Amino acid sequence: MGHLSPVGELKVRLKLSAFKQTRWYEYLIRFVFGGLVTAATGLIAQKYGPVVGGLFLAFPSIFPASVTLVQTHKEKQEKKEGKGKQLRQRMARQAAGVTSAGAAIGSVGLFCFAVVIWQMSGRLPPWLVLALALAIWLGVNVFVWWARRKILS
Amino acid sequence: MNRISIADPIHFQNIVTMEILLRFLIGGIVVSIFAVISDMLRPRSFSGLFGAAPTVALATLGITYALKGSSYAATEGRSMLAGAVALCVYSLLTSYLLLKRNWSSLPAALLAFVGWFAVSFGLWAIFLR
Repeated sequence: MGHLSPVGELKVRLKLSAFKQTRWYEYLIRFVFGGLVTAATGLIAQKYGPVVGGLFLAFPSIFPASVTLVQTHKEKQEKKEGKGKQLRQRMARQAAGVTSAGAAIGSVGLFCFAVVIWQMSGRLPPWLVLALALAIWLGVNVFVWWARRKILS
Repeated sequence: MNRISIADPIHFQNIVTMEILLRFLIGGIVVSIFAVISDMLRPRSFSGLFGAAPTVALATLGITYALKGSSYAATEGRSMLAGAVALCVYSLLTSYLLLKRNWSSLPAALLAFVGWFAVSFGLWAIFLR
């Protein structure tokens, strides 16, 4: 996975201007897709049972929309800076590719999330199981992301 | 397993419709929250972690615990392991197509769905069926 994305910076920050860059309909698209997939997951589980329904809890529902947004915004940003079309496209696809590689790391945390749900459901109150699973998802992801960058840098 | 009574078909249908609508609304809200967070975080490799956020899982499991109980949720959690492996393959495939093949995002992300379905249902067939 190291050859797939550049190492880059280690410092995590919030870029508030990115929030303004995104149009309202881009959020609406993700709201609708996310809602549809969640509803569909429930229908699949009703029809085929929880074993099949559970697969779709890790379905990349809004991934195409999100990664397309990354590419589009990056291309616009590079156009403002006066870069040529081919270079803009290349840089935008690189940005989207790096984001995708980040999601691959994120799936490690998602795996750990699933382990907590599988093993702790029924042993702890549901709200605590979900909170614990989410905390472990975030902790594992941050650690794996940080460790990978430390090793590669 | 399903706590909803089906003695009254019309009432049952209304409950099912309400459940679907509830899943749609909660799913949309949870996904949107994570999407906003992801958009604002830098570097992009870190914001990409939120592309694999358990958004659908959080929305679905919250309702599942309430309507179907912990045992049902645990079963879904076990299957989610296979889905998470499939998501990793999906993300790597998308990343490869973008970085090494210079594909555009949407075709890459759509083609990679083939990988997700192949891996998730392959693992289901081997370990979960």
